[in-house]
Amino acid sequence: MELVDEVRKGSVRALAKLITLVENEMPGGIEAMEKIYPLTGNAYIIGITGPPGAGKSTLTDRITKELRRQNHTVGIIAIDPTSPFTGGALLGDRVRMQGVSSDEDVFIRSMATRGSLGGLSRATSDTVKILDAYGKDYIIIETVGVGQDEVDIVRTADVSILVVMPGGGDDIQAIKAGIMEIGDIFVVNKADRDGADRLVTEIKMMLGLSSVEREWTPPIIKTVATEDQGIGTLVEKINEHRDFLIKSGMLACRRKERIRCEIIKMIEHEIYRYLDGLIAENKDFFEQRLEDIVNKKEDPYLLTKKTVETIAKRISKNANV
Amino acid sequence: MNQDRRIRVLVAKPGLDGHDRGAKVIARALRDSGMEVIYTGIRQTPEQIVDAALQEDVDTILLSILSGAHGFLFPRIMELLKKKGLGDILVLGGGIIPEDDVPELKKLGISEIFGPGMSSQTLINYIRESLSQV
Amino acid sequence: MEEDIEKIQEETKRWNKDCMGKHTFRKVETDWGMEIKPLYTVDDTKDINYLEEIGFPGEYPFTRAPHPSMYLGKLWTMRQYSGYGTADETNKRYKYLLEQGQTGLSVAFDLPTQIGYDSDHPLSQGEVGKVGVAVDSLADMETIFNGLPLDKLSTSMTINAPAAILLAMYLAVAEKQGIGPEKLNGTIQNDILKEYTVRGTYIFPVGPSLRLITDIFEYCSKHVPKWNTINIAGYHMREAGATAVQEIAFTFADAIEYVNAGIKAGLRVDDFAPRISWIFNTHNNFFEEIAKYRAARRLWAKIMKERFGASDPRSWMFRFHTQTAGSALTAQQPLNNVVRVAFQTLAAILGGAQSLASCSFDEALALPTEESVRLSLRTQQIIAHEIGVTDTVDPMGGSFYIESLTKKMEEKITDYIERIDELGGAAVAIEKGYIQQEIQESAYRYQKEVESGGKVVVGMNSYQVEEPLPKGLLKVDTEVGAIQIKKLKELKTDRDNQKVQSTLLALRKTAEGYANLMPPIIEAVKAYATLGETCDVLREVFGEYEGTSVI
Repeated sequence: MELVDEVRKGSVRALAKLITLVENEMPGGIEAMEKIYPLTGNAYIIGITGPPGAGKSTLTDRITKELRRQNHTVGIIAIDPTSPFTGGALLGDRVRMQGVSSDEDVFIRSMATRGSLGGLSRATSDTVKILDAYGKDYIIIETVGVGQDEVDIVRTADVSILVVMPGGGDDIQAIKAGIMEIGDIFVVNKADRDGADRLVTEIKMMLGLSSVEREWTPPIIKTVATEDQGIGTLVEKINEHRDFLIKSGMLACRRKERIRCEIIKMIEHEIYRYLDGLIAENKDFFEQRLEDIVNKKEDPYLLTKKTVETIAKRISKNANV
Repeated sequence: MNQDRRIRVLVAKPGLDGHDRGAKVIARALRDSGMEVIYTGIRQTPEQIVDAALQEDVDTILLSILSGAHGFLFPRIMELLKKKGLGDILVLGGGIIPEDDVPELKKLGISEIFGPGMSSQTLINYIRESLSQV
Repeated sequence: MEEDIEKIQEETKRWNKDCMGKHTFRKVETDWGMEIKPLYTVDDTKDINYLEEIGFPGEYPFTRAPHPSMYLGKLWTMRQYSGYGTADETNKRYKYLLEQGQTGLSVAFDLPTQIGYDSDHPLSQGEVGKVGVAVDSLADMETIFNGLPLDKLSTSMTINAPAAILLAMYLAVAEKQGIGPEKLNGTIQNDILKEYTVRGTYIFPVGPSLRLITDIFEYCSKHVPKWNTINIAGYHMREAGATAVQEIAFTFADAIEYVNAGIKAGLRVDDFAPRISWIFNTHNNFFEEIAKYRAARRLWAKIMKERFGASDPRSWMFRFHTQTAGSALTAQQPLNNVVRVAFQTLAAILGGAQSLASCSFDEALALPTEESVRLSLRTQQIIAHEIGVTDTVDPMGGSFYIESLTKKMEEKITDYIERIDELGGAAVAIEKGYIQQEIQESAYRYQKEVESGGKVVVGMNSYQVEEPLPKGLLKVDTEVGAIQIKKLKELKTDRDNQKVQSTLLALRKTAEGYANLMPPIIEAVKAYATLGETCDVLREVFGEYEGTSVI
């Protein structure tokens, strides 16, 4: 595979092209990923999530600057939502990463969710692998930051950072709604605003109340990303957490768990593709069944069973080839 | 072009001019037509624009400029694109660009210049058609 | 009277039913969502208390006019926005315009000047002299105003982030002409907040930018008393797509932020509020524009008196400059713009402008030529002298539609200001992207209406013709950059460089502390420190604002 070789040699153009290939599920994508996979495992993956307006992009920019100061290379994946109505997307996170956007050792890729829920796009984990194989030391993923169900980041990143800011009760609501569990590190950004200390206290209380058993007590860091305040401390904590994961053996566990989830997702996706194809090929047949089911001439369970059998046959036929 | 392939567009504002009404309106219109639009923000250097195009692997770049500095900035951008192996990207210009300057800009490899009053549908159609010929 | 009203209400109902009911007619709505009735009567103005809400020209709340005699006493200042290329070329254009009867100057600076870069800065490449005149040092300002007596002129400078430096240069030029600062008339724009939202020529972060502004307030209140220290701008928000209501609302929200900053800096509101001036955009919708200015006068008077407790009537007075709408000009059939500009100019005068710039018909294509700029000046002169609209004060006052629209717009503007107050003021609203988002929504809605044909733009989306390429447009000499760079080199060898260093060091020390920045800036400028050098010192101390385009 030419593209993968070029990526290994350090071509930025090939890197960008390969991501597109995989993101669009174009022919050759899976074969390329088969070659990429053995090369992965060296990068450390940082996930940044939090409500809109909390300053995720600016924080990403500043963390990157700090990592660059320490001579590490960085890949950034910034995710924005796809419009469910038009399929289009406005990807605007890059605007807030001007400080690092022209650094040769930083690669920023904006991605749209393309219908995927959970705060990431379907191709995020493959893109992480490609950046890892390319040789980036750190990979930062910035989630969409819209919903309260952005839990996928936990399964994709080695460390998850939850960013909130003072002002408005939205953040606390989000925290209460359960994303509290996903933070390995908490950041109260825009900490020069009124209410920052109160927010810190509230997070502390909620962490205390949480029933999750912890060997790692999530630190709460105050930052003012626009003024570069607190960024050094944050990066220190990221590294401390990493040492903890390594020493406790949890990093290996997390990564194993991650690949388990990915495999299940990939299988799901593959089976879904068969289903999708089957329905597309037999549109009239399915319409007729639907009609019969609605009119109680048939039941949905039989149709389900038969469909699964057909898919299974198709899969085994393909597997034999 | 693969049907599944979403068109990715970079909307860029080179130079010091901060008038971005047109760029933003166009960005939204392209999004509403189903494209993925990366907006750079204002006051971008040619280097920043080309780096963004490279990393984001866009199909097309729209350059919007109203300050009259296109005579310097556009050639610089085209030169950098070629240098980085991105000569195949569809590049379009818009803003206040005198007709007299257009032939020179096209010679550089800029496919089309869209002036004031152009409808976004015209642009969308132009992009779709140009890319389907690739 | 009450019986009359009842009778009129009954008659209106009857008329609506009997007459209008039989016809089909267009339903009309303003851009900001108010339905315009087919007919306005006394019924629509009956709740407006004349003495309290409308009153008399030159008296609170100034709805009718800021001055009692208005154009009967003094015509507005005819002040075309101009400047391009080198200082020399601009000086020639100014002399030409003054010969043609223009009564004030309005300086357009090029983008490097507006962002505090010298012409030899890498980012200045291609931009020098393009959208305005290039100013690198006091030497350029001396050339621009060569032979122009500054005590007899009023000069408006569209300069924001480095406003203090350009003002310092102007003061220095005056001093060389032997004119004291107390005799100077004019304006600097000095309105940074709208640079963050829509115009983009920012340099420093919000905090230091506000300090520069209040330092200018303080310095001028003591030394340059007739100078308008800020020219708060709605113009560019309107160009970016804001509706008439948003234009006034967001500008007033910015103004409230500046007044608060002044008070916080320890100034008395009546010491600087009388020197606040404005620039707005006079657009196509004729009556809406007139009502907009009447509403703005009334509301600003109320804000100053009631919100800030200002007691000097001059603090209540809303005096404004306006320019016709650049964004309303079409590149197609450019001569049609002559007509648009004439109507907009008329609306500005019926709205009570103190100072006015009319766009030139070729400006959708290039900078205006001498001929086109003369035609737009002539447009103002025809309105001033030939058509009788200046023969009485506020001739539109009392129109049922105008008074009713004025009231409605005042209410809508107030709603917006309250919303921004809730968010924590203009600076916070900008940081949250609220103002930008609102403007973009309006811009996008407008674009969709134009493209769907719902909004007719003559010559552009309807009544099109095949036309030849426009000829005779102004071209800025591409050599301007090279000329400026050469001048800079010479300057740097000729000047007393030790003095430059010592004045810049003094500026740095002041910037690191809290004292007023104007005196050290004036010293540096007089030593011929360049604009870029001076701004660099401030950049090092203050840092730079990072753009956060909201989309």
